[in-house]
Amino acid sequence: MADASFFEWVGYFITNYWPQFLNGAGVTLLIAITGTIIGSLIGLIIGIIRTIPKPKKGKTLKRFFHKFVNVILSCYIEIFRGTPMIVQAMVIFYGCAFAGLYLPRTTAAIFIVSINTGAYMAEIVRGGILSIDKGQFEAAQSLGMTHWQTMTSVVLPQAIRNILPATGNEFVINIKDTSVLNVISVSELFFTSQTIAGISFQYFPVFLITCVLYFIMTFTVTRILRFAEKRMAGKDTYTIHASSTMPKGQLKVTKEH
Amino acid sequence: MESPVIQIRHLQKSFGENAVLRDINFDVTKGEVVCIIGASGSGKSTLLRCINLLETADAGEILYHGQNILDDQVVASSYRTKIGMVFQQFNLFNNLSVLENCIVGQRKVLKRSPEEAKQIALKYLRLVGMEQYIDARPAQISGGQKQRVAIARALSMEPEAILFDEPTSALDPEMVGEVLSVIKNLAHSGLTMLVVTHEMSFAAEVSDRVVFMDQGIIVEDDTPDVIFNHPTHERTRAFLKRTLRRD
Repeated sequence: MADASFFEWVGYFITNYWPQFLNGAGVTLLIAITGTIIGSLIGLIIGIIRTIPKPKKGKTLKRFFHKFVNVILSCYIEIFRGTPMIVQAMVIFYGCAFAGLYLPRTTAAIFIVSINTGAYMAEIVRGGILSIDKGQFEAAQSLGMTHWQTMTSVVLPQAIRNILPATGNEFVINIKDTSVLNVISVSELFFTSQTIAGISFQYFPVFLITCVLYFIMTFTVTRILRFAEKRMAGKDTYTIHASSTMPKGQLKVTKEH
Repeated sequence: MESPVIQIRHLQKSFGENAVLRDINFDVTKGEVVCIIGASGSGKSTLLRCINLLETADAGEILYHGQNILDDQVVASSYRTKIGMVFQQFNLFNNLSVLENCIVGQRKVLKRSPEEAKQIALKYLRLVGMEQYIDARPAQISGGQKQRVAIARALSMEPEAILFDEPTSALDPEMVGEVLSVIKNLAHSGLTMLVVTHEMSFAAEVSDRVVFMDQGIIVEDDTPDVIFNHPTHERTRAFLKRTLRRD
């Protein structure tokens, strides 16, 4: 195959190594999806905690605890946003091994992507919560709702819709950034491609295939998220019901565009 | 004479250097309709927000049936559900329909059953004439309709008193009437109400007592007849003159 053309090489890799490519893409998607979901949950919980109002003066213990938790959470966010994920992967994976804890590589990968995403999502969620009108919080408070009830019933449903584009963005970034996890030999798409290319030293054809695969994944995800956003915008119409003064109800009101 | 529901004693509040409330004292008795009038910046809204614990008073006492809610957390949280609030900006929950807006508090806070909560919500939505729009979202109805729903939401909690913070100030002029007539009906039904308002004729008509505030203190607290027809204080007279001329 030494004198084969470029296109022959591409065809050769696709026909002979497609199971490996698909497997790599599958692992990449698995890490990205799980990491984004867990990371978003971390972000939501931290967002809720960080927006708990400061306890009143005089409640010294509560105030101290409130401050303490906030400092810990700020440290987490700053450290994971302020260092490269490739370095975090090395430190966590080999750090655990050093401490005698040998994590399976894929588990380690999901763990790293999750806590990294969590740090970014925490800030995105906080921004989403801050973007909600103060009146929504006050109305909930005036009904006697707790912070948790206010968040889950009123604020987060609105905030989540606002932060959905940013969350989708994180997901797309995660699909691409899992490639750095090749440093801890996770068999995701980049690592798999390197292995395939290493057999024949034909890097260009192999990585062109890899490139197309990454793009197909991110493009599809972007389309799906766009569709989900539209669905979440809710109905434009509502039904007017009958009443004592207006017995013939059932008039449909449609918003004009 | 009925016992007071809310008693305010020496209430003080400042934002930084700016003393907004300086030594406020007054009572609201059960079934009473009290209107608070005064120029912008006189502290009316802040007083209402302090009473509903949306702002923390710096000093003084707020007694609810004789118990000070400012130093008792347990009393304060149950107090919140007993005092309703209607806001200038309506503040309907944007993610919920009209009906859900009136149900969510009953379900989460009062732990009523879904069926009971729905019946109570419908009862009060009917009272404010919004039962046809139970499926609509807040963004789909007019300002006056929103405020009527907000009143139904407060009523659905079946509170002991409702605080109104300039309920018609954010409305278009043609919608003020529909909201005021709902509030008037409530006033006649014997609900305890504390209303901050700029609508002088409304205050004169519905209130049992009118409180005139200026620069963080209560200048005059008397029947609407005395306040509007024979005010004793020069500041009240000057304020009414300015306001009535504008009308």
